[in-house]
Amino acid sequence: MSGDGVALPPYARALGIAVAGLERGAPLLRMEFAEKVEGRPGFLHGGAIGGLLEMAAFTALRSELGRRGAAATLKPVNVTVEFLRGGVPATTYALGRVTRAGRRIANVSAEAWQDDPARPIAIAWMNVLLGS
Amino acid sequence: MSNGRTPLFPIFGDSPFDPAVAAGFMTKRAHAGFLGMEYRCHGDDWVELGLPWREDLVGVEETGVLASGPIITLLENATSMSVWVRNKRFRPQATLDLRIDYVRAATPHRTVIARAECYRLTRSAAFVRGLAHDGDPDDPVAHAAGVFMAMEPAA
Repeated sequence: MSGDGVALPPYARALGIAVAGLERGAPLLRMEFAEKVEGRPGFLHGGAIGGLLEMAAFTALRSELGRRGAAATLKPVNVTVEFLRGGVPATTYALGRVTRAGRRIANVSAEAWQDDPARPIAIAWMNVLLGS
Repeated sequence: MSNGRTPLFPIFGDSPFDPAVAAGFMTKRAHAGFLGMEYRCHGDDWVELGLPWREDLVGVEETGVLASGPIITLLENATSMSVWVRNKRFRPQATLDLRIDYVRAATPHRTVIARAECYRLTRSAAFVRGLAHDGDPDDPVAHAAGVFMAMEPAA
């Protein structure tokens, strides 16, 4: 559990993902650059970026469902990750946004950036199945 | 797409691409090494990699189901290497996009195996697809489709 009451799973903690604050009502996630998230030398691995984006999407969705007082198990249906820039050795931030949360399916997006939120390094789109 | 200032993978050079050799670089270091990825086998246009279950890679603590992030990395590495086996040589590339369908949750404690193929290779792009399963290829846990862009078009 972080100070913001957002529970991150073992995988997120293993990667060093932490909650950096709250932005637009969703947990802002942070991941430090380290050898364990590196791909080709000097750059973040696309899979680590994807993992961070999914985590941002999930935590944003959990926050939104929490506000509605709706508890649900979340199952990812699919994810599309678009890679826009190489991730350099720097802190990476990610923020999710719930586009629509219906009764059974939620559509969530997430963006990851490093120095400038206006210059994202990757964007993910997810469909998540909401179970009871 | 990633920028063009990337250095080449240092060890591959200009020799024919051998995934068994490249696996030392692709699965034993950095993020893939941290996750514990393993090379399994390959053909003319496909590569198979494995990822043993591990407690700290779990996404849902209560069930022990592996997080989806490691499956993205597994499929990204397998699809990426499939391009180079089909091309017969390494060529620097950037992932343009990757779509993954999570067909079902991976069974806890089972190794996830990804088989990926490059089904179309052009001068500037490589089209890839892959499947991940945890023992039975006919009962997959995930399906992937993606596109890689070559850093510089082949001469």
